[in-house]
Parts: sequence; structure tokens; C-alpha cells
Amino acid sequence: MNKALIVFLFFGLTCALFIGRLFDLQILDDRYALYANENVIRKERMYAPRGHIYDRNGKLLVSNVPAYDLMVVPSQTTAFDSLDLARLVSVAPTDLRSKLKKARRYSSYRSSAVIRQISARSFGALQEHLHRFPGFYVQQRAQRSYAHVGAAHALGYIGEVTEGFVRKNARYRMGDLHGVSGIEKAYEEELRGRSGARYIMVDVHNREQSAFADGAYDTLAVPGWDIHSTLDIDLQLNKPLFDRAVLAEYPPGSPFKLINALIGLQEQVIRPSSSFSCRNGFHAKGLHVACHCGTDRPVALRLSISKSCNNYYCQVFKKVIEKYPTAQEGLDMWSTHVRSFGLGNFLNNDLPTGRRGFVPNADYYDRALGYTGWGATTMISLGIGQGELVLTPIQMANMSAAIANRGHYFTPHIVRLIGDRKNKAFLDKKHTSIDPGHFDEVIEGMHEVFEKGTALASRHDSIAMCGKTGTAQNPHGQDHSIFIAFAPKDDPRIALSIIVENGYWGSRWAAPIASLMMEHYLTGKVARTGLKQRMVEGDLRAEYALAGPKQKQP
Amino acid sequence: MREGQGLFWKLDGISIGLYMLLVLLGWMNIHSAAYQPEHEHFWSMDTEYGKQMLWIGSSMLILLFLLFLDGRLYERIAYPAYVLSLLALAGVLIFGSTISGARSWYTFGGFSLQPSEFVKCTTALALAKLFSKESSREGMSARSRWIAFALIALPILLILPQPDLGSALVFSAFLFVLYREGMSLTVLLGPIGIGVLFLLTLLLDKVWVFSGILLLSLAVAYFSRRRPGFWRGPLLMVALGIGVVLSVDHAFHQVLEDRHRNRIDILLGKAEDPKGIGYNTQQSLIAIGSGGLSGKGFLQGTQTRYDFVPAQTTDFIFCTVGEEWGFLGSSLVVLLFTALLFRLIFLAERQKSRFSRAYGYGVAAILFLHFAVNIAMTVGLAPVIGIPLPFFSYGGSSLWGFTLLLFIFLRLDAYRMLIL
Repeated sequence: MNKALIVFLFFGLTCALFIGRLFDLQILDDRYALYANENVIRKERMYAPRGHIYDRNGKLLVSNVPAYDLMVVPSQTTAFDSLDLARLVSVAPTDLRSKLKKARRYSSYRSSAVIRQISARSFGALQEHLHRFPGFYVQQRAQRSYAHVGAAHALGYIGEVTEGFVRKNARYRMGDLHGVSGIEKAYEEELRGRSGARYIMVDVHNREQSAFADGAYDTLAVPGWDIHSTLDIDLQLNKPLFDRAVLAEYPPGSPFKLINALIGLQEQVIRPSSSFSCRNGFHAKGLHVACHCGTDRPVALRLSISKSCNNYYCQVFKKVIEKYPTAQEGLDMWSTHVRSFGLGNFLNNDLPTGRRGFVPNADYYDRALGYTGWGATTMISLGIGQGELVLTPIQMANMSAAIANRGHYFTPHIVRLIGDRKNKAFLDKKHTSIDPGHFDEVIEGMHEVFEKGTALASRHDSIAMCGKTGTAQNPHGQDHSIFIAFAPKDDPRIALSIIVENGYWGSRWAAPIASLMMEHYLTGKVARTGLKQRMVEGDLRAEYALAGPKQKQP
Repeated sequence: MREGQGLFWKLDGISIGLYMLLVLLGWMNIHSAAYQPEHEHFWSMDTEYGKQMLWIGSSMLILLFLLFLDGRLYERIAYPAYVLSLLALAGVLIFGSTISGARSWYTFGGFSLQPSEFVKCTTALALAKLFSKESSREGMSARSRWIAFALIALPILLILPQPDLGSALVFSAFLFVLYREGMSLTVLLGPIGIGVLFLLTLLLDKVWVFSGILLLSLAVAYFSRRRPGFWRGPLLMVALGIGVVLSVDHAFHQVLEDRHRNRIDILLGKAEDPKGIGYNTQQSLIAIGSGGLSGKGFLQGTQTRYDFVPAQTTDFIFCTVGEEWGFLGSSLVVLLFTALLFRLIFLAERQKSRFSRAYGYGVAAILFLHFAVNIAMTVGLAPVIGIPLPFFSYGGSSLWGFTLLLFIFLRLDAYRMLIL
């Protein structure tokens, strides 16, 4: 065989092998084009500024302020004076060194945050000297800023997402912030906006080189919606993070008598003129409910409200229950009426926390006492808002609003406007099971509470206020001072419930506070400075001391 | 006819044209691979493509100089040049400087030379000289055979301790010369067979490999059964085969270093490590594979421009071709090389003197081995072995070395009629 031919064959086969291989790699296999893009294209997120939160009058409550993180790309650093840098960012040199070590361990080529949230002042000083520290740069981030200390429980706060959260929510990345509680959590979707993306080309060291395809695929960040809450920041004074308005449950006490009056009217067991004589309380089969209304004449509806007559309501409650053949049916009917005021269940409002409260029904007593083990008198304390019944302050306020509206309410909500759209979720009118006609007499009674009843001391000269005092029994200490109110009487604009823990009688603390708040809300100021001063300087320590031994219980 | 007359017209235009084309294409791709957007000038001496232009210019001077030397000179200086170059190789082990792990370089100021690049040329000359002494035009004596093996083995032994496995491997190309100048095909197929056996042993169970050897030997024995002593060849095959298989385990695990072992494991698909050892090959495949049919265009290769491919101006220069010029461009380069190799064999065969023919085969073989190993490495058919792609890769020593190699032959060819 010709030797040259064999050599040609060798060369020719090699050539064919290579061209075949190139055909396979470049024409048949399309994975490599993807890999090449994966190598070089980095998606950079453009963070959307979180929406601001305003109060109902447009006062800015929560906004964003820039915060600065000192970042480092370890591979780009040169020898530097770590003492000097530590002084500039005001941290301990050992701290800085350990942070740098950590960054280097994470990656030489990717950036890590060395110091988070440098103050604006340190940032100013740092920026001037940063050129001496190659490989370091400052990244701006947004931090939440709270203009007022009040209402923290309702506004909530934001925090970094957890690993578990990221796993469940694909749109979040580690290091992202999200609402953890309050409005920040409930309106996370609206507030967060949509982050944009920028596609850049990087080299093998992850250094930015140029925009990919001249930015054709880039998207802009869409800022979060601004939110207008229903809060009036001027009425917000409490600071604790336990939101008593939705989380604390109290026996409603006397204000609940209003509901029983309305049920009595609706069930036609009483008329406004029906009256009961009060002989220091309600007496039945060895049961005695004391009463301090102090009237010796027959008590009709209005007077029963303004004087908070216990006997009257025990009688009404008994009549309601006994109108039906069995206590079960009676109580279930009563329970249905009560629940129509939004009591005893979640209001399904827009705060991420809350309690149901508790409105007992027949089932409850059957289980506790047996089918025949109970009747109207067994549970007579429900008539005066005590016993197993517990409500949250927000439910009581809602109850007050439903009465003010003569039979309907809107689910209480804390956000009014999202951007410039109304918060659609809460525009539905909810009707109670009481006919609107029954309310006027009850409201007159509530007005008399201020005019000549238990809240006379809190009366306002020009605003027609309506309210009802209460004292909720507290087994752990001094009783709670309770008050629900709305104003003005004929065209109500504000309804509220006030609870002063350990405040004793409703008229002592809760009623004056309610009165002052309504005045402030309706007139924009408080003219009764003396009363206000008494409330602001008020000291409950006397009441706590009074309840001394009881307080030690859990 | 006197030497020197009408030299230009006697030179082989096709070879020179292919050489020029490859050098120019090489420079273009080096430009692309070394391109930095922040360098605004198209031309700068600080860049690799700037320096390469200097190497190309000096190569032109070298080839002009070569063309004006008397062709008979090479035959005369073949042995002394060989000895001198071996001394230079020995010297580099002592005086050389270490660049990327291998003590292979002489450094003069800012300028480095790799003697192994020139030893290829002197070894080719020495082999040619050896065979020119034979009494007839074909065949070789037993003595020449041993001397030839020694001539090839000496530089390998001197290069291995640098260590530079790639350059040492290149000398196996001279087996083509031995084959052409009288040895049987076994001299080519033997090492290839051993190589294949080596890989098969690592990949398959030994039982299968043994059975394969046995079957193959029986087949060979059957087809050559009419020849006297026909059993000797197949018996040797079996003995050698079993010997190789048994030594492979030992060789693979005891003799080879980890880095070689890893590269082979990755090539065989026994290990995957795209971020570590396999990174080079993976990035090289991505660069070439992402080129598609017609490539991303000049200076548009993202793999090359953003430094994902290692050694992209030198050993992996073919990645740039594949990425920026696609299947069309890279096939063209493969075809250009093959054309040059074919042309060189064609020229070698038309030589009147055995010296020129043997030397011509040497040139073609060296270029072929570089080309084959380099391309095979970049397209993932061979483990990563660091040898340059002739005329393409950045580097003065290799360009000078290949120019020297090629143009001595073209000079010999131009006056082939003179030497009888």
C-alpha cells in the first residue's frame, strides 16, 4: 500500500472527525448557547421603593429614608489600614476584620455587606475617604422611617424575609424586606411594588461590563402604592406593640345592655315605655344581681340606659329567652342578633391579627351544663354584658358604630386609600338584624347618659354626644373602666370604645377620654383643657394599689 | 541552474498562501480574545495582538533570511544543530525561568524563548540526515532504526522533567517519519492501539478488554494464516495487550500525577467538575458550541471577551474562532490546516532527495500533531494538553519555531531538482 496514501487517510479522517464534532457542538447541540448566556448575563434587581403610609388626614406616618451599607469585593481590595476604616465607620477594628474574613470566605469576587446601615453622618465622612479603599463601595438601601411614635401596633414593622418564607414565596429573595405585622403585613402586596430587572453582562470575575442587548429586556421598578389609613394619628397615643384593640378580650359590661335593649325591642318583648321596678337589683330563685341605679320608680328604656339599671336588663334578657319554648331556641335567637353586630367572630378586617371574642350559644351551655341544666336565670349575667361573653375593643367600637348608623356598619378597616383608589374590600354595608326604627329610643338613652346620666361629668356643651359607661369585672385586679360612644347624635361621624384597664368605673376614666377624643376629632382641638390635663396627668397607681392583693394572680 | 535564481517563482505558492492566511486569521482572533474595550486604540504594543504583530513581522524577516541561505546548509548543519539544541534544552533545566509551572523558558529582559519549539525543527533535520545516509531510496537498516528512536527519545527525556508533557508528546509525531522511511504501519497503529487500550482499560471491566484482545488476535491470525510464521504477530498482540492492560492500572494510579488523572477522568466522563478541573473544557465547549452556524461576529464573543475561556490567546485560541465565526469559520480553519498538511505531504513525496522527503514528513507530522491535539482538546475529544495551535496561538517562540520548520522545507522544495 502506498504509504503517502495512509498518511493522507490519517489527516483526512482527523479533519472529518473534527468537522463532525464541530457540527455536533455548534449546529445540533443548542445547550451551549444557553450556557454562554448563563455565564455572562446577570439579572440585577432594581428595588422598588415601598409605598408610604399616611393617616386619614394625609399626615405622613411611614416613609423611606436612605440607609447605607458598606460593601466589599475582596478580590479588588488592596492593602489598607483597617484601623482607619474602622474609625470612619465607627466600629471596632476586630469587628471589621472578622466581617472582612467572612466576606472573603463567602466569595472573593462577589460583593458582601461589611457594615450595614451606616448612619448618614458616618456616610458623609466615609464617602470623602472611600477612594483610599479600593474594593469597597457604598450601596444605598431604603429603610423605613416612622414619623410618629404612636400607632406602632397598627402600622406594624418590616423585617428581612426568612429562608422558609422565601421558599414559599418565589417572588422574594434572601435579603428582601417584607411586612411582619400590622398594615405593613396586611398590605404587603400593595406596598411592596414590583422590582424591576436590569440585565447586564459580566466578565469571569463578575465585574459589570455592559448592558445586555442595550437594555432591551430591562424593566423599571414599579414603586409600591402609597396607603392612606383610617387612623387619625392625633388620636393615637399608645405605644406598645401588643395591639389591645384587636387582641385583648374583655367582658363588655354595661355598654352591652344597649344590644340587649335592641334585641328586646326587635323581639317585641318590650316597648320603649315598658318599665321594671328596680329593688336594688334582680332577684330570682336565690340568685341576686345587685344594681346601683338608685331609682325607686319604675325604670323605662331611656332611664335604664342613662342610669345603667341592672335589673331592667336582667328582666329584658329573661323575657327574650323565655319568649321561646326552650332556652336553647331563645339563646340561639339572642346569639344570632348579637352576632349580626359583628361580635363574637373575626371582623375580617385588614389587620393580620385579631381575636374572635366570644358570644355563647345553646350548644355551649348544653355542653357545659347538659341539655336541661340551664335556663334564662343561669346565664342572666349575659343580660348585663358579663359572664361568658367577651369582646375585643374593636368589636365594641364597631357595636357603637352600628348603633350610631341605626342598624348597619362597615367592617372596620385601617386602610382607606391605596394609591388614589378606595379600599374596595370594605365598601359593603353590613346590616344588623335589628330594624332601624328601634334605634332612636336607644340613642336618646345614650344621649341622656351625657345629659343627666352616668357620664354627665364628661358632657360637652355644643356637641351632642351619645355613650354608655361600663365597668368590666376583672378577677385579676381593679375592674376595667369601659365606655362606648359616638357623636354627633344625629349625624354621627365618630364612634369609639374606650377601655382603661384597672380604671374602675366607666365614668371615671373611659368616659372623659372618649369625650375629649370626640371633641378633638370633631373640632380639631380640645377646649376643655382642664379635663384634658386631668386625664393626661391621671395616675392609675392608686387604683392598682387598691387592688393590691388581687394583682398577684396571673 | 544556479541556486538563488528566480527563487521567488520556485517557492510553493500554495503553502505560503495557506501559511499567510493562517497567521493572519490567528492574529485576528488573538485581537478578539485579547480585546479590552477600555483600550480605545485598535493598535497598541501593550496588548497581545500588538506583540503578536511584532512576532509576525520578525517571522517574516526570519523566513526571508532562511530563503537566502544555501539549501544544502541544512543537511550539513543537521547534527550540530541537533546537538546544540539539546544542549539548550539541558541548559533550560538549570538556567531557565519558570513560567506557569514549567521550567521551559530562557528569559532575556522582557523577552522569553522556549527552546523546545526549536528542537522540533532540529530533530526533524537530524532524522532526515540519518535517513539520507541510507543506501537506497526506501527502507532502513536496523542500526538506523535504533538511532532514529534515540534521536526522538533524547529530546523527550529532556523535556519531560521541565515538566511539559504536551511538548514531549509532540515528538511522537516523528513516528510518521519512521513509518514513511521504512517501518511498518505497526509503528503508527501500535501506539494508537496502546492508547485506545489504555482508555478502554480505564473505562471497561478488564475481562471485556481481554476478550477483545483475544478476538482481535484470532481474527488477525485467521486472515494471515497463509503466511509462514503467521502466529507470531497475533501472539505478540496478546502478550502486549495483556501487558498493557495490567500495567495501565499501575501506570494510571502510580505514575501519572493527579492533574493528569483528573483530566483523563473528566474526558472519559467518569468525573464531572465543571467549576474545577473540568472548567477549562466546559468553558471551551460553551464558547465553541454557542457560536452556532455563523458565529457571534468579530469582537462579539462573550465567552472570549469576558475571559471565561482560559488561555484564550494561546492554547484555547480555537475557541474564539468557534465562538465568533461559528461552524463555518471553524470548519474553514480545520480545512485550511488539512489542506496545508496535504500539500506538505504532496511536496514531500515529490522530493528527489531522501533528506528533503524525510524532513518534509517531519514538518507535516509536527504540524499535524499540534493541530490534532489542540483542536481535539478544545472540542473536548482529548484531555487538556497545553500545546499551541500552529500559526494561530499567541507566542513568539512557537510562531518562530513553526516558521523555521516550514520555510526550511519550502526552501528545500524550491531547489529540489538540484539535490540528487
